[in-house]
Formats: sequence, structure tokens, C-alpha cells
Amino acid sequence: MTLRAPLTIEPAPHVHAGTSVAWIMLHVVIALIPACVFAVYLFGLAALLTLLVATLSCLAAERLLQRGSAFTLADGSALVTGLIYGLTLPPALPLWMVAMGGFVAMAIGKTLFGGLGSNAFNPALVGRVFLQAAFPAAMTGAWLTPLAAERFVTLPEATLTGPFLAPASGSYDALTGPTPLGDWKFAGGETSTFDLALGFTSGSLGETSALLLLLGGLYLVWVKAANWRIPAAILLTVAICASLLHGIDPQRYPSASFMLLSGGLMLGAWFMATDPVASPLSAAGCWIYGLVIGLLVVLIRLCSGQPEGVMYAILLGNALSPHIDRWTQPRAYGAAGGGS
Amino acid sequence: MWGRSAFRGGVTPATHKAQTQTQRIRQFPFAPLLEVPLLQHAGRPALPVVREGAAVERGAVLGRADGERSVPVHAPAAGRVQRIALMPSVTGAMVPGIYLEPFPGATQEVASGTACDLATATAEDIINAVQAAGIVGLGGAAFPTHAKLRMPPERRVRLLIINGAECEPWLTTDYRVMLEQPADVVLGVRYLLKATGAEAVVLAVEEDGREAGEAVLAAAPEGMSLKASFLPTRYPQGAEKLLIRALLGVEVPAGGLPIDVGALCINVATAAEIGRLLPFGRGIQERVVTITGPGVLDPGNYRMPIGTPLRFALEQVGTAADVTRVFLGGPMMGQPLASLDVPITKGISGFVAFTSAEYRDAGRVQPCIHCGRCVQACPMTLNPCQLGLLARHGEVETMRRDFHLDACFECGCCAYVCPSHIPLVQEFRAAKAELRRLAAHAVTEEKS
Ligand code: SF4
Ligand code: SF4
Repeated sequence: MTLRAPLTIEPAPHVHAGTSVAWIMLHVVIALIPACVFAVYLFGLAALLTLLVATLSCLAAERLLQRGSAFTLADGSALVTGLIYGLTLPPALPLWMVAMGGFVAMAIGKTLFGGLGSNAFNPALVGRVFLQAAFPAAMTGAWLTPLAAERFVTLPEATLTGPFLAPASGSYDALTGPTPLGDWKFAGGETSTFDLALGFTSGSLGETSALLLLLGGLYLVWVKAANWRIPAAILLTVAICASLLHGIDPQRYPSASFMLLSGGLMLGAWFMATDPVASPLSAAGCWIYGLVIGLLVVLIRLCSGQPEGVMYAILLGNALSPHIDRWTQPRAYGAAGGGS
Repeated sequence: MWGRSAFRGGVTPATHKAQTQTQRIRQFPFAPLLEVPLLQHAGRPALPVVREGAAVERGAVLGRADGERSVPVHAPAAGRVQRIALMPSVTGAMVPGIYLEPFPGATQEVASGTACDLATATAEDIINAVQAAGIVGLGGAAFPTHAKLRMPPERRVRLLIINGAECEPWLTTDYRVMLEQPADVVLGVRYLLKATGAEAVVLAVEEDGREAGEAVLAAAPEGMSLKASFLPTRYPQGAEKLLIRALLGVEVPAGGLPIDVGALCINVATAAEIGRLLPFGRGIQERVVTITGPGVLDPGNYRMPIGTPLRFALEQVGTAADVTRVFLGGPMMGQPLASLDVPITKGISGFVAFTSAEYRDAGRVQPCIHCGRCVQACPMTLNPCQLGLLARHGEVETMRRDFHLDACFECGCCAYVCPSHIPLVQEFRAAKAELRRLAAHAVTEEKS
């Protein structure tokens, strides 16, 4: 028996846990599928097209903008950004706006910062915030009533509005039902917990089914593709604050279950705040980060003119993340101040 | 009493121990030519005391210790000294060594020397006998054991830790030694207790080596207060500093030694060798080595003569056709070999052969996604993510000053879990080398 020379030299460790960036992204996609399917069931063709255009625009942007020859589509991060971005959108948004936001998400939210691993903010949120700033009317009016009879055969007029044209004024009114948070903020109505959990409400594509998002999120932390401390900290903070406030003044403040299940909280807490790149490193850091986001959500929702604050809360959390990292630097074994 | 509190972090790779754990230690044949380095330990090489062409007995001294930081080297076989010359070593450096041709028909009886009697010997006698037997840390570090035992007078050993926590996957040397030589281990521990005056002794074993630990306990004579601590099976449990954390609840201060917190760690195979050799005044001529891995046809534990060339060893146990990687030690910290033309030395507890089917990291590196897995895994509670970032920017001084690079013992946990497959350990090694270069440079600057 002779041994073939030469041997390959590779540095230790010679084994690996088996995870990869693509592996993590794949699990995020799997976790998002139920919510996507439900969105299409609820809002029909319009939702399907919105998700498709959102995803494809992100993929196309990544392909066009990536530097050098590195084939970065394979890591799946653009696909994940596209899906999450799509889920933050209202269902009847003109498709050209959807595509534009997708490009902005990848170009400004990711490539400008240096690509995968360097983005300071969650790229999907950057795209969404851009749309909110650029097209406030469309972003706050393009809701659809869930389970409309014709949803699989007709498209809302607004969806196919020509590029750079605003949807005809008045085209929304016929379709729109108010979102639960908007309804509560502006009209004082509180949607039932049951409808919120199951998702039979109007809202962004991924805002509606809290339950499916929760399931997806639990799957994510179960396979260890996301850090469980972040959603745990956010949801706990919101729940505790809301219960306290509701206990003090039930007329003014909604119940904890309403706060947890409405709006973009589930999507944000499980899928956007957990973006590893823009969240802290250490366990302690993740708790602080989640706490801050939770407090901001409560603050913005209850004390500002906006009905929803998850998006801004996460962006602020992202901005704070490097600082949290600095405050929560782990103490090295044997360094001063240790032992017992 | 000695708690089970684990250290923070660590990883749990597949252990792959079953294959070799159940097999008895087998005696390995002599290679036609043994390559015995005079430097097999951390310190100064031994000085040859034989001439080329001389016939030597098995166990005879080939090289004597050159001062306190050195140990003698003994003949692994009765044979003829063919040549005294530089020879390749596993580190890649050339070291002085002796080429020994075993006599084919010899009885290979081991020569005995001056016995060290446990009952009558003083602590100093034992420490000298340990040095004379050429004993070094058999767990891998190969630090001369007598130097560890001879401690500054103001230091006391509160706890003597016999390290049987064989946390590297694949390796089962310590397990088999404990199981098959429990009496040697116990005797070795008694020598060590007398030499150090330790207040207490504990045998540390991982949960998956429980039977072996219990075998040693059963061999302890009545009245001997030998305890065992069964620790969670978690890599790198066997690392000295983490064992101390787990057993004593204290940390060894940065830059300090275990003795600073009253602990002394001795590998269990080292203890067994002390118990086996000292009563006869013999020296180390062989050691137990795990030869395993998917590329090995007859994996197992072998008692191998020191100086056996790795190529000969692998040919004896048979290898798969497509062995592409061989490394010394386990897969987490094992040193990759460029060449098989290097000999087995005292510090080698095993080697593993991988085929082309095994996992490879190369070519999969992606940017750091800041996921924090490395931070959670680092048993020294460092920040490998930040360290890696700084390494890639060449900021080695910041790595040392603000991020405790010196505390990193290259255990590999961070690189093992990194989803971006960043060769973190390699980056840290390079940074340490750069720091050493800068320090040396600073010294020369000062002198001139
Ligand atoms: S190799 Fe160093 S930095 Fe990485 S986990 Fe081990 S001790 Fe920590
Ligand atoms: S495990 Fe790798 S990707 Fe994750 S933070 Fe550490 S270095 Fe970065």
C-alpha cells in the first residue's frame, strides 16, 4: 500500500459544524413560505405579483450591482431580502414602485455599505422606508380587503399603474379596509384577537398572519438559524409594557395581545430584527437590543402620530447595534476582574 | 465536591470514538529504521551520548538532558546507531536526531536502571527520576514534566488534576490507557502526590469516558483519597485552563500559570508512564498512539516505538487509496502534515487520516455576517468576530491590547461554527507571529 503524495495541507480545525450562509438563508426562506402562501390566499393575484416583483427586483439588483466575478446570488441573502421586503408592502402597491423599492433596498441598503456582511441596516427595511418617504399616499392607502371574491381573477387597478404614474386618485377607496392599527389609532376600534392571530385583516402582506409568522419564527430559532434572544426580548418588552399601560388605562391603551399580534411586529421581531449583520454579537447585547426595539415600538405606536412603529424601531436598533457591541464586549477568561 | 460546572462556550462535534474505543492496545512492530529526534519536548535538545555505529540496548540512554529545560532520550529498540544527523520533525523544522537500526533477531528486553522506590524516595528523588525517565506531557504539549513538578518554594499545590478529559474527537488513547493500565495510573498519581505534596487529587474525565475513569478509581488502594469528576462531554473540556475553571471555579490570570491558583494538571497518560517506568528506573521508549480516521483500514490504539516513521505506521495499518490529509492530534487542533517522512515522538497522542470525501473548508469563505456564533462558542470568552475583522485590517496591536489575543489557545471552536467559513484560527496565528516579529524588532531597535 503506497500513499499518494503530496498531502493536502489545510489548517485546523479539520471539521466544521456544517452551517453556511446559504444554509441560514435557506431556513429563513422555508420559515417565510407559510406567511407568503397565506398572503396570496388572502389578497390573491395582487399579492402574488407583489411578492414576485419584490423578490425578482432584489435578485436582479444584486446581480447587476455585485462587484467582481463573485457569484453572490448563491448565498441566498438577496432572495431573503426580497421576500421580507415583499412582505412589508401593502398588497395593492403599483408594481413599478415595488421594483423601485427593491432596487433601492439592494443598492443603498446593501451594496453601498459593502455588500453581504457590511450593511448597517436591514436592507429590506431600507427599501420599505424609501417607499414610505417617496410615496406616502400609496404606501398608506394601498390596502385591500382580505378574501375579496374576485381576488384571483382581477387585479386592483393600482397594481398595474404605469411607471412613474401615481395611481388614479380614488382608486383605492373602493377596495380598502383600514388596517387594525390604523383603525385603532384613528377610529378607536380594536380588532378581535382571533382575527389578528389568524390574519383575516387588512394590512401589509406579511402583517396579517401573526400565527404563521410566529410558527416560522419558532422554526427559525429551533434550527438555530436566528438568535432567539432577539425576538424573545422584543416580544417580552412589548407584552410587559402593553399590559402595564392597559392595566392603568384600558380606554386609552390597547391590550397586550392586540399590541403583539397587530401590525408588523411578528415579521419584524422574528425576521427583520434578527438580521445578524445589523444586530449585536453577544447574548447580552442581543437582550439589550431587543429591549430597546420593544420600547421603541410601544413608544412610537402609542405616543406618536404614526399608527405603526416597528420599522423605525428596528432601524434605530440597527443604528445602535455597534454601540451595544462596544458596551457588551465579553470579558476574556483570565482578564482582570474575573474569577471568583 | 469538585463541581461539574462547565465552562462557557465550546462545541460538540461528532466524537467518532467508538471505532477505536473498544479495541485493546496492540503492540506495534519495529520499523526497519527508527528516527529518534533528540528534541521531542519543549526546551533544549538532549545531547547524544552514543557514537555512530555503536550497538545499544533497548531502553539505554541515547542522549542526556542538557540542563533543567531538557530531558534524556532513550533507545526505543536494541539496535545499531546508524547515523547522528539532522532529521525532519513534525513542525517542519530540522532537529538533531539519531537513526537507529533495530537488530532483527534481538529479544528486545528493556534495560532497567536505578529504581525509584515510592516508599523511600523523597520528593526531590522522584522529580529527578521523572526527568531521568525522559517524561514529558504526553497529552501533546510535551513540556518536561519534572519542570512542572519543581515549583517555586512559596507555591502550594491545592489540587492535583489528573487530566483524562480527552476532548478531541477521534482520539481514545487516554481512555484505553485508563482502562488497561489503571494500576500504572494509580501508582503514577502516588508518585506525583509525593513529589508535589498536593492537598488533594482529582481525576477529570468526560462523561463519555466514565468506564475508564471508574476503572482507575477501582484500582486505587484503600485509604487513597482519589476522586473522579465526570465532566460534560464538550470540546475543549480537556484544556488546562477550562478544567481549572470547571473544578476549582477560578480562572488562571492572563499570562499566569495554573500553579498561581494552586492547581497542577498532569495528563493521565503521563501519570501512567510515571507509574510504569519509575519502579524500574526505565525511560520512555514507546507510547500509545491512536491511529484512526476514515482513511485508515485498521484503526486502533497501538503501543508504538518512539521514532517510528509515520509512513511506516500508516502502511502497517493500511490506508484507503485516496488519503489526502493526515494530521497529528484530533481534528480540532491537529497539525496538518505535509510529509509522512517524520517520526512519532513523545507528544503525539494520535493521528487521523482523511480521504478526499471528508469536509474541506477551502474555497467557501464568505464575508463575516456578524452572526455571533463564534462569540458564543469561544471558551476563553473572546470576541473572535472582532479579532478576525482586526486581523484582516492588520491591526495586530489592537488585537493584543484590547481584545486579548494572547488568551486565544487556538482551540478552533470559532472557526468550527463560523457559517462564513472564515479561517479565524489561521488569522489569529498569523497575527501572533506578526506580534512576535514586532516585539523582536523592538528589542533589536533598543539595542542598537
Ligand atoms: S481559537 Fe481562540 S478565539 Fe477561537 S474559540 Fe478558540 S480560544 Fe476562542
Ligand atoms: S461566526 Fe463567522 S460569520 Fe459569525 S460572527 Fe463569527 S466570524 Fe462572523
